[in-house]
Amino acid sequence: MAPTARPTVAQPLSPHLQIYRWTWTMAMSVFHRVTGTALYGGTALVAIWLVALASGPAAYGWVAGFFGSLFGKLVLFVYTWILLHHMLGGIRHFIWDAGVGFDRAQRLGLARATLVGSTVLTLVVWAAGLLAR
Amino acid sequence: MAKEQIRQNPAVSIRTPRARVRGLGVSHHGAGHWWVQRLTAVANVVLMLAFVVIIARMAGRPYPEAIRLVGSPLVSLILILAVLSVTIHMRLGMQVVIEDYVHAPATKIAAVFANNFYAVVVAVACLYAILRVSFGQSPV
Repeated sequence: MAPTARPTVAQPLSPHLQIYRWTWTMAMSVFHRVTGTALYGGTALVAIWLVALASGPAAYGWVAGFFGSLFGKLVLFVYTWILLHHMLGGIRHFIWDAGVGFDRAQRLGLARATLVGSTVLTLVVWAAGLLAR
Repeated sequence: MAKEQIRQNPAVSIRTPRARVRGLGVSHHGAGHWWVQRLTAVANVVLMLAFVVIIARMAGRPYPEAIRLVGSPLVSLILILAVLSVTIHMRLGMQVVIEDYVHAPATKIAAVFANNFYAVVVAVACLYAILRVSFGQSPV
């Protein structure tokens, strides 16, 4: 018997991101890892800021000038949001670690709360920071 | 007999009694990675909220005031603890990401090495800077 012809359609070798329908829980899971990776790189900014502070007024003036610029403020704003999002994502994991929050409605609620909560918290932090000025 | 019973039964399993008692599994460090990730995560919640407040208070300050703020004992202590907790946490997190996506042995080892170097360089640079400011060694 002749061997069956292989299908000519390009099929994925294994299921991966691009063939899944995006859901809230999946998106927030991916986003938790993305924000974690972004924060990983972001610690370099913290190191640069602290080393500049320890180096003297000239170096600190340069770094403070960057973070005080419009682009610098944008970086800090996004940094705040990413940090708080990763924090709430972590708290979501703690809830799951405790063995609760696995119902369909609870999963969806937690995923949405992560995104909405991080956005609201970021705005609160920046509003408080600007008002305290 | 259920799978778990076979694994736990010394008469059937090829695992040594010592390995069974230590409970560290095939990776030889058990749930240590997972546990430290959670431990530092809890610490990070408190420390990073304090860090955000410190950064907000630093914004727009002239150099001598910035030095005085970071150099104060409480702020220095919070920053040191935050740097330790965050660099340990991020090193563990990136290791999982590498193990999930990088499969070629040479690339994987290189990536894990780079991850360790990066985490240590960031940690030591931050700690050195904080201590230098805190001990009044920075040029004012």
